Amino acid sequence: MADLTKHYGEVVAVAGIDLEIRQGEFFTMLGPSGSGKTTTLRMIAGFEDPSSGTVELAGRNVGGIPPYDRAVNTVFQDYALFPHMTVSENVAYGLRVAGVAKGERARRGEEALEMVRLPGYGDRKPAELSGGQRQRVALARAIVNRPKVLLLDEPLGALDLKLREQMQAELKSIQGEVGITFVYVTHDQDEALTMSDRIAVFNEGVIEQVSSPFKLYEEPATEFVAGFVGVSNVLERDGARFTIRPEKIQLVENGAAPDGVHTERGRIAEIAYVGMVTRYTVSLDAGGKVELIRQNTESAAEDVGSMRGKEVVVGWRPEHAVAVRDGTTNEEGSP
Amino acid sequence: MRLSRRSTNLLRLAVGIGLAFIYIPLIVLAIYAFNASNTTAWPPPGLTLDWFPKAIEEEFAREAFVTSIKAGTIATAIALVLGTLASLAVARHRFFGRETISFLVILPIALPGIVTGVAFNNTFTQVLGIDLTLFTVIVGHATFCIVVVYNNVIARLRRVSASFEEASADLGAHTWQTFRFVTLPSMRTALAAGGLLAFALSFDEIIVTNFTIGPGEETLPIWIFRNLFRSQQLPIVNAVAVIVVLLSIIPVYLAHRLTREEGGAAGGRGAGRGDRAGKAEGGGVETEATAIP
Repeated sequence: MADLTKHYGEVVAVAGIDLEIRQGEFFTMLGPSGSGKTTTLRMIAGFEDPSSGTVELAGRNVGGIPPYDRAVNTVFQDYALFPHMTVSENVAYGLRVAGVAKGERARRGEEALEMVRLPGYGDRKPAELSGGQRQRVALARAIVNRPKVLLLDEPLGALDLKLREQMQAELKSIQGEVGITFVYVTHDQDEALTMSDRIAVFNEGVIEQVSSPFKLYEEPATEFVAGFVGVSNVLERDGARFTIRPEKIQLVENGAAPDGVHTERGRIAEIAYVGMVTRYTVSLDAGGKVELIRQNTESAAEDVGSMRGKEVVVGWRPEHAVAVRDGTTNEEGSP
Repeated sequence: MRLSRRSTNLLRLAVGIGLAFIYIPLIVLAIYAFNASNTTAWPPPGLTLDWFPKAIEEEFAREAFVTSIKAGTIATAIALVLGTLASLAVARHRFFGRETISFLVILPIALPGIVTGVAFNNTFTQVLGIDLTLFTVIVGHATFCIVVVYNNVIARLRRVSASFEEASADLGAHTWQTFRFVTLPSMRTALAAGGLLAFALSFDEIIVTNFTIGPGEETLPIWIFRNLFRSQQLPIVNAVAVIVVLLSIIPVYLAHRLTREEGGAAGGRGAGRGDRAGKAEGGGVETEATAIP
């Protein structure tokens, strides 16, 4: 994709995107709603024409080519299974319109159903399936054509948490089996971090950062990324802005910090016990607020309420303070 | 919502009065069809089945019935094609003047029949210089039949997510394949309901028909109207009317069932055109719901 834009009248949905997605990778477009990720996906599929810029597929400019002539298939957010067809008719639809013979259609349809672990469900109607099963049928229908690229538009958004986690693992393993490039749209940062080879973070029609999940989390490039993928924790000291991940900040007991740890004084503003960890928000004397978490390994702070307002010393290793750019916007608000 | 006992009873009463207003005259008509005397006195002095065989043997009534079936069938066929195409354009494409077109398509059902009738009469006889025949009746009927089909189909299209069509295109189906395999099956019951209601509307139309029909031709409503004031024919007219009511129940019942099964919106079958005017205002989204039971 090169310098891709999309306007709807006055509204700019996508404001100039350059992106190269590699063959066979699990690529995620992550961002809040309205950030342009779905519009970008629809331009790849061919449902929307770019206002300017180009989309190339395997080196070929696909501008002006209708969706039915692109080697791209989509798993829709609402699945869009045809309600008047059975599961196998749905799955084999792409083969049917391509003129594949009946016998081969049935065979490849059943193969695809096996791949999504729904063998023998072919004769049911979509209305008779659960949400998770429909999701699998939509996936089978999209991979049966063996596209070069599979686009997934928040495919797990309608499922409950347990099922979503299970499907995340399955999607990842299916992608490994078929070796198709997956372009996955989500607003869920955990989902993105768990599944992706690389992630592009979208915000207001532009990409803030493209990198591996690890680098995205450990070295967010902008304040927006820091805040959207995790907790923002942005501080400004001597004119430099940086962020520190909450699990990298320690509460220093008795004022005795280990060597090489930068310490600051502060006061506990908020405290929340969340089972595995306790989450503290500390107002620093030097300005700003940080959130930090502490594993409840030894004992939980039983009376968390009494700790509010307590003077504490917090510390972090300087290498964990990551410089961030202001980004295009700063919705989180700097402390 | 829970209603108090008193409100529930009041509602029951209101429904009862409403139904009584509609159906008591029909029951009176049905009783007169069995009237042994050919003068209308209440209560009828005796009952007989004689009028029904006579009604069926009445040649002009039978011809008029066939004419009505022809007019209704052809007008409905035209409406199905044009109404469907118009609704596809409005529901699935964005273009300049879309809302205006939508409004203009719906408008004829709100226009008084007499205005439509006079307008057609002038256009056919004065401007185009063609003779009034069954063809002109069909054109006149098609104007309001299109509205019914359009309303039914567009309500369905708005409800059926466009993502089905996108999914179809995404899977490699060309425009025509998408229409045949995805769009058409999803509109099927809406088309059937719209068609049946359009037919019912055409079948009982008298005002536009009166202005567009050629000399020597009669639709059934025209035949009924012309024979209503001949006292020796009146009992036969009553019997014909009962047969028509019974026959009309079939398409309306089918349309009702079809739309209820699919949860779609039924189109309008209006006795009073004033009703329709109220529904057609604005030309916005609500106009699709010209559901006049």
